[in-house]
Amino acid sequence: MNLLPVLDLGLAILVLAVAGWTIAAREAFGAVVGYVAYGLLLSIVWVRLYAPDVALTEAAIGSGVTGVLLVTSGARLRRAGGVEAAAPGLSQRVLAAALAVLVAAALAAVVLMLPEPPPTLAPEAREGLAATGLGNPVTAVLIAYRSFDTMLEKVVLLLAVVGVWSVASDRFWGGAPAPLGRARPQGALIFLDQALVPLGILVGIHIFWVGADEPGGAFQGGAILAAMWMIVMIARLTGPPRVGARWLRLALIAGPAVFLAVGLAGLGIAGNFFAYPAGFAKPIILFIEAFMVLTIAVTLPMLVAGPPRRSPEP
Amino acid sequence: MSVALDLFSLVAIGLGAFFFFAGAVGLLRFPDSLTRLHALTKADNLGLGLVVLGLLPRVESLLDALRLIAIWALIQVSGASTAQLIGRALSRRGAAE
Repeated sequence: MNLLPVLDLGLAILVLAVAGWTIAAREAFGAVVGYVAYGLLLSIVWVRLYAPDVALTEAAIGSGVTGVLLVTSGARLRRAGGVEAAAPGLSQRVLAAALAVLVAAALAAVVLMLPEPPPTLAPEAREGLAATGLGNPVTAVLIAYRSFDTMLEKVVLLLAVVGVWSVASDRFWGGAPAPLGRARPQGALIFLDQALVPLGILVGIHIFWVGADEPGGAFQGGAILAAMWMIVMIARLTGPPRVGARWLRLALIAGPAVFLAVGLAGLGIAGNFFAYPAGFAKPIILFIEAFMVLTIAVTLPMLVAGPPRRSPEP
Repeated sequence: MSVALDLFSLVAIGLGAFFFFAGAVGLLRFPDSLTRLHALTKADNLGLGLVVLGLLPRVESLLDALRLIAIWALIQVSGASTAQLIGRALSRRGAAE
């Protein structure tokens, strides 16, 4: 007797139920809580699909960071008092529902019409693995086979920060974003920070480091480091930095800049844009990833902190 | 020996599942937020602790065992702190009303 199909079915029903509940929730905060639970359930689904890398990313980014982003945006909207006025009208909701159904139907159709066996590049990805010196094919795909895409993804993150900062008013430009969390931090939160943050930093670096050979990688590790910085800011142990600070700007561009520089160097050394010289692929990949971890760990908290709201110190 | 260990795992994990079940029932049935919080945190600590205890004889290396214990400890810390924060927020809201 095998219980796993039953558990999978239960999991699928649970995911659908939580998704429905999230859409039906009347209150913004309730919907966010539903969304976070949905993300965590989805990461279990990814584990069941034997994709632990995706599961880690879903839990860290899809559920964790996006959840924090939505909770803080919800709180800001509530303070501004604009939530009810901004509620979409009936026609807008019908349009959104129609679009969502269309996308879901198209995806379902594609999945159902896949040829048997479904086309896959997995054998090719595994074959080239030896040349990269890596053990984790997902990392190889991200940093070696389609490195240009990954570099552009980091540029997108940078553009998101520019977008958030661009809504700052002129007199605050170069200043710090408003502090996160309550004005009077609570003992429990400070205790949590003291107990969790040193461990969290260790775990973040560990996940980045093992990402070369096992599930993990720069994005997941960077997201954990970002979460650690966020809870330190929420407990008011440190404030968000001034957006004009030189070190912050350098950290924000370090990942894509180093990636691009290595890519251009590949043109001269290995004969192709984003080609790595044979035998040195793995150290170069880890070198790039280290800077990407830094950029991700800085970018995500700055997205959550929002636009500058304090005048820059003279 | 292995039968005894299997039995131990079975009993510990079964007990852990029972505590999770009891916590879920408490979460659904208890009358107010503070008692619901109580049900949830106790179930988390004991339930997960017993499940981890039941899994310990089945791990392949000492490192895996330490990892399991570390996961349990981390959940203890975050669960206890979150319960404190929610409780504090509740009492503040109660005082404001």
